[in-house]
Amino acid sequence: MSIALLVLVGVLFAAGTYSLMERSLTRIALGVGVLGNGVNVLIVAVGSRPGRAPIIGEQGEFADPLPQALVLTAIVIGFALLTFLLALAWRNWTITDNDEVEDDVEDRLVASRVERNAKSTDVPHAEDVSQ
Amino acid sequence: MSSLVALPVLIPLIAAAVLLIARHRLAQRIISLAALIASLTASIIVLVDLWTDGPVTVVRLGGWPGEFAITMVADRLASVMVVVALVVVTAVLVYAMGQGSADEKSSFYHPVYMVMAAGISQAFLAGDLFNLFVAFEILLMASYVLLTLEGTNAQIRSGTTYVVLNVIESMVLVVAVGLIFAATGTVNMAELPERLAALPDGVRTGLQLLLLLAFGIKAAVFPLFFWLPDSYPTAPSSVSAVFAGLLTKVGVYCLIRVQTLLFPGELDGLVIAVGALTMLVGVIGAISHKDMKRILSFHIISQIGYMVFGLGVGGPAAIAATIFYLIHHIPVKTSLFLVEGIVARDSGSSSLDAVSGLARRSPWLAALFLVPALSLAGLPPLSGFLAKFAIVRAGFEDGQYLGVAVAIVVSLLTLVSMVKIWVGAFWGDVEPVDRVGAVGLLRRQPLMAVGTTVIVVSSLAIAVAAGPFYEFAEKAARQTLDIASYISAVRSS
Repeated sequence: MSIALLVLVGVLFAAGTYSLMERSLTRIALGVGVLGNGVNVLIVAVGSRPGRAPIIGEQGEFADPLPQALVLTAIVIGFALLTFLLALAWRNWTITDNDEVEDDVEDRLVASRVERNAKSTDVPHAEDVSQ
Repeated sequence: MSSLVALPVLIPLIAAAVLLIARHRLAQRIISLAALIASLTASIIVLVDLWTDGPVTVVRLGGWPGEFAITMVADRLASVMVVVALVVVTAVLVYAMGQGSADEKSSFYHPVYMVMAAGISQAFLAGDLFNLFVAFEILLMASYVLLTLEGTNAQIRSGTTYVVLNVIESMVLVVAVGLIFAATGTVNMAELPERLAALPDGVRTGLQLLLLLAFGIKAAVFPLFFWLPDSYPTAPSSVSAVFAGLLTKVGVYCLIRVQTLLFPGELDGLVIAVGALTMLVGVIGAISHKDMKRILSFHIISQIGYMVFGLGVGGPAAIAATIFYLIHHIPVKTSLFLVEGIVARDSGSSSLDAVSGLARRSPWLAALFLVPALSLAGLPPLSGFLAKFAIVRAGFEDGQYLGVAVAIVVSLLTLVSMVKIWVGAFWGDVEPVDRVGAVGLLRRQPLMAVGTTVIVVSSLAIAVAAGPFYEFAEKAARQTLDIASYISAVRSS
């Protein structure tokens, strides 16, 4: 297991997680891509030892093919995900002219209701006064 | 027999490929309905064989030997979940045809829906962790598309939250699978229990927490539930009904496998605490909202809490209660969302401020709402009462008094918020006034009514035949807890 690879995994995870926290969809998509690569490198780094290609009939120390098969599948899935996220970002941009993730309307309604209730208990008989 | 196990995955996948070519709407409807009914029939045959004493059925795809093969394992729990899932998916498809929303008119709706059905079946039947991850990706990818198919602003906004959260969940899951493979050298669920048991305690706990985190996000347990009430309400009702009824329950099913097969009885205290908090937080969220779909979304969370609590209590009685709860909950939750869809379609809104007097206009619709609503709250003699009673009794016998108290209080609060919907939408004066003459709300939506009725009746059937169903749940629980027989069934196949 190589230390350099593990450091790389750490850097990719950190960078990917940081971009995921952003509100801009493009950066989120980039974060997903970077994080996905971090995961793939992690599986290869910890799951297999270096060796010759595992072909039937060959002799010597073989690399374990299973983690590579897993990573290959994960790469394909990650690719599809990234494409879908970019399509979402594009659609969001054509509708709203920016690519930020907006607040939830219903959440804002609940928050404003809480605020109103807090105000009306501060000032008793607020409705009487307004009438 | 073993060849039938794979059919609920294969048939919908093949149908999806055909549907991408056959773009004609009527042809698409016939093909997808036929595919789902065929899958359902196959899964029922497998279940009938397992219902009494049949052995665990194992399929090795590709015919590879030992732990290298991709295995599909149909034990009692897995096969009953596939049957319940396919019943719901089929009924909702009929409903969606009646609804004829912008979604169903798109020629991509049917193929994507089939892919989702295949993914759900595969998740229940998966015999190794990586295959489970792939199944999750299949059903998630389909769910992303279904959630955002209309491409409206609201759907894109909430779809983004949903997609990003689930991407993170997938990453956690694949990291967990990768690390488990690094630690044990296998991802086969029959080989894992022994090899995991040989690991040092710290490594085991770390791996288990990673799996619980991944499936916890999927099941929307406290404190990982925040994405759910945000994203489900924007989808059309036919889509959010399947999501609400099934997708979170796939997460619960995987949690059951983690806690019974891979790490039996470990971290049970944590699971119990999470379950109790999930019940409480979910129901409080439901009480604070005014939109039907939002209220129902928060109730998904609180109901998940019951199952997680039962799972944490552990032991044959509690696991049987959890399995029974799972079986009862899927049709109940789905039908509530379907009724909401009929209301929203008729009134243009599902906000309790805007809808009123539905009981006078359509008593039948009111009944379709009231039965699952009271079942959700746990009133006898409905299936929800039996499920909640079983969970509470198991918790009581185990001495989890605090959790039991929370469960009882939460079921009262559930009743409160169901009554709130009833008073707001079904009682009161008929509005809007110009539609007073329009009686027969359901007669104008025959397919939607059929889909909803089928699911409500099947939930009533669970209540009527509660004896056999509960007996089956007990058998399934014993089989789920019997790790040795699971391992020997997979190895000897």
